[in-house]
Amino acid sequence: MSNKTSRAIKDLGDELVKKIEKKKQPQIIVPVRALSNVIYNKKTKALELGNKKSERQFFNVAHAKKFLQTLEIAAISKELMQETKHASLRDVFYMAKRTIPNTNTNVVDEQSESDKAIEDLELITGGSREQLHVNANKNGSVAGKVTIVDKGDTIQWDKMGSGGWSIPSNVEEIKFKKIQAKYVLYMEKAAVWERLHEDKFWEKHKCIIMSSQGQTTRGIRRLLQRLSTEHKLPIYVLADFDPYGVYIYSVIKYGSINLAHMSGKMSIPSVRFLGITADDIIKYDLKKHFIKLKDIDIARLKQIGNYEWFKDNKPWQRQFKMMKQFGAKAEIQALSSRGISFISEKYLPEKIKKNEVID
Amino acid sequence: MAKVVAEKLATKHKEVSVAEFFERNRHLLGFDNKRKALLTVVKEAVDNAIDACEEAKTMPEVKVDIIEMSEDRFRVIVEDNGPGIVKKQIPNIFAKLLYGSKFHTMKQSRGQQGIGISAAVLYSQLTTGRPAKIVSKISKTHEAHYYELHIDTRTNKPEIVKEEAIKWKKDRGTKIELDIEASYQKGDQSVDSYIRSTAIVNPHVTIVYTNPKAEQFVMARVADNLPREAKAIKPHPYGVELGILLKMVRNSDSRSAQSFLTNEFSRVGPGTAKEILFKSGIKPATKPRDLALPHVEAMMKAIKDTKIIAPPTDCIVPIGRELLERGLKKEVNAEFYSSVSRSPQVYRGIPFVVEAGIAYGGEQPADKSAKLLRFANRVPLLFQQSSGASFKSVVQTNWRSYGMNQSGGSLPQGPITIVVHLASVWPPFTSEAKEALAHYPEIIKEMKLALQEAGRQVGIYVNKQKRAKQEQERVNIFENYIPEVAASLSRITGKNKEGIVKNMRTMLKKSKEFIEANKKTLKGETDE
Repeated sequence: MSNKTSRAIKDLGDELVKKIEKKKQPQIIVPVRALSNVIYNKKTKALELGNKKSERQFFNVAHAKKFLQTLEIAAISKELMQETKHASLRDVFYMAKRTIPNTNTNVVDEQSESDKAIEDLELITGGSREQLHVNANKNGSVAGKVTIVDKGDTIQWDKMGSGGWSIPSNVEEIKFKKIQAKYVLYMEKAAVWERLHEDKFWEKHKCIIMSSQGQTTRGIRRLLQRLSTEHKLPIYVLADFDPYGVYIYSVIKYGSINLAHMSGKMSIPSVRFLGITADDIIKYDLKKHFIKLKDIDIARLKQIGNYEWFKDNKPWQRQFKMMKQFGAKAEIQALSSRGISFISEKYLPEKIKKNEVID
Repeated sequence: MAKVVAEKLATKHKEVSVAEFFERNRHLLGFDNKRKALLTVVKEAVDNAIDACEEAKTMPEVKVDIIEMSEDRFRVIVEDNGPGIVKKQIPNIFAKLLYGSKFHTMKQSRGQQGIGISAAVLYSQLTTGRPAKIVSKISKTHEAHYYELHIDTRTNKPEIVKEEAIKWKKDRGTKIELDIEASYQKGDQSVDSYIRSTAIVNPHVTIVYTNPKAEQFVMARVADNLPREAKAIKPHPYGVELGILLKMVRNSDSRSAQSFLTNEFSRVGPGTAKEILFKSGIKPATKPRDLALPHVEAMMKAIKDTKIIAPPTDCIVPIGRELLERGLKKEVNAEFYSSVSRSPQVYRGIPFVVEAGIAYGGEQPADKSAKLLRFANRVPLLFQQSSGASFKSVVQTNWRSYGMNQSGGSLPQGPITIVVHLASVWPPFTSEAKEALAHYPEIIKEMKLALQEAGRQVGIYVNKQKRAKQEQERVNIFENYIPEVAASLSRITGKNKEGIVKNMRTMLKKSKEFIEANKKTLKGETDE
């Protein structure tokens, strides 16, 4: 596999050198990664990348830097493969970062630039980030009655202490040995995960609890997908009642706009949204813990409401409408106002029992 | 017997001496502080010197020396090659206040009220007690006269301390030497800056200036001819106010209202006079002295309702577009110059011409405010910048469209010097100290038009520069990126880095040639 990706990078380089020898504008063709080039496939319920391509030319002031960044990352990735080493996104950033002689410009100034170049390289080579030998930072915890084997080590997710098992960025090689769980609960907030872990929620309710702080990483999405497809476990998402929370759910379910090319490997159409919903807020009297929506939240809400995959979804449109009417958002932790373990003893069991979910 | 109050008060009335008058009004005359006093003394002497040379049709050569005698005492010596002054006039010109020939005519000149040089003499006398020392010679064959003069502060009459005939190697000219209490500083409102400014707008004058630090500056003339002589004109009806008209009527020797109008105003012929009188209901034969206030008021109104040709403009002598530019070039080290001389206009019946010049770039700092040099009748205005019409018109001009930064209500920021010159028979100063021009809408409008015209030319240049710079940056980007890209490509493909660099440089060269070729056509277009 790695061989194929490595060859794709070499092909890219050879083609550019050939063009330069012929004194033709060196250019790299990259598919456009933006909403305008993302298609929602109603059948697979996943986002797909369209056919729009952009040309990145060296002799073009607007492109020259990105052109250089892409090639620099390609060279780094190729060397990583040769040395069979893996680097983190942050490592790659530092490997690429240096000042171009005679200028006061750096090859990359921020990690977001090298991250984007890596994503581009995935598209150019057809290989995934992991196949480029780049890993994301570990960022997430899991607990539950599950036994796995990772690189020869047998790991029990119920015996990892208070921190749980931290999810690596590459979960492809993991083998599931034994799973005693009925469903997976994924939550946006690490703090909520800690609460549930302390209450041994996963033991009482025979489930797996998983979280990362903020946007879901690829490793977690892939792990969730494997649990869903390989073990048919239902997956529930617990997120804040705000546009950002909705988008976390959207990314897990349909794939992200940025990584539409990866959605075949990542999206999980069967995922359900458990809460917090507008109805929860009314039912559990959480209005007093409202946080006012900012202008940017309102704009984002409108944008999300217009996404093709939400546009005709009545339950979701109802949620969006109510959020707009409230003019406010609420965090998962608002439930703590009803008691520290209200979430694990009352809210979650009730919701799951009654299957109060949004698809 | 008790005195009546009025009698009591009468004893307190006494004649105000010129010294007292001076003390009370020194701020009006430009002697507010020691620093300004030095400038005012130099200014009055230099203005007089240049005016005298021009009147005698001599290319002016003015020598200015300032010597530091002690910490706050300076000797100012100003010498010209003018016509000289006849012996008996010397004491009156230098040691009698309000003695002059300029006050009574409508003619463009540097000085106006004739208060200048004698005020400087008085200031010298009051601060150091030393007499003014004058040497003047009217021709090669005449002997030079040397005077030491005081002003009698009670009677405003010259007091001759010493007088003698001496030998002077000069063919003709005048030299004045004054000891004054003053302080010397460099900077915007300094004597150095005044002299330099004077050299800019008087390109026909050679000035040799030695400052108190013993630094000598020779500002050689760049014009070959004297400016055309300014003609005196009669007032134009549109320019008179009721009070003046009333005075003119009272003092008139004309035998009828009709001849009063035709004789004492410019641009009023028999037809126009008849029209004015008809409209104001005055019989043409009425004697001017018989006209009462209501008549004069009616006449005022009639003047406003009557179409009268604008006053003649040959009474104004602008510097001229080309000479102004030459003046700027010799005194301001810049990359690009532009200048504009507008055609004559009229405010309140007084003709005027606005000229503007801009020097851009060079050694001027880009991160500071523009330097504004204001002039009236070729005389630099150094104080009260922000209250004058010139400042207002610069501030109201949008410099951003000419490639400069500017925040609202302030001067533009950039490496530029802006010159605004008003030439007029009667520049409307806001005060006797002649430091700022009054805000007449007609004047501000003309100034703005002149600045816009000059600014546009600078804008074209600045934008061209910017474009060239961008092109250069473009080429630089590619040049600097090539080794980086080649290194990456070499790491990916294993091919030789130098080979890739060489090929890419060849490509860049072609693109450089392309840019260069386009630059030429571009330049060709804009130069036309």
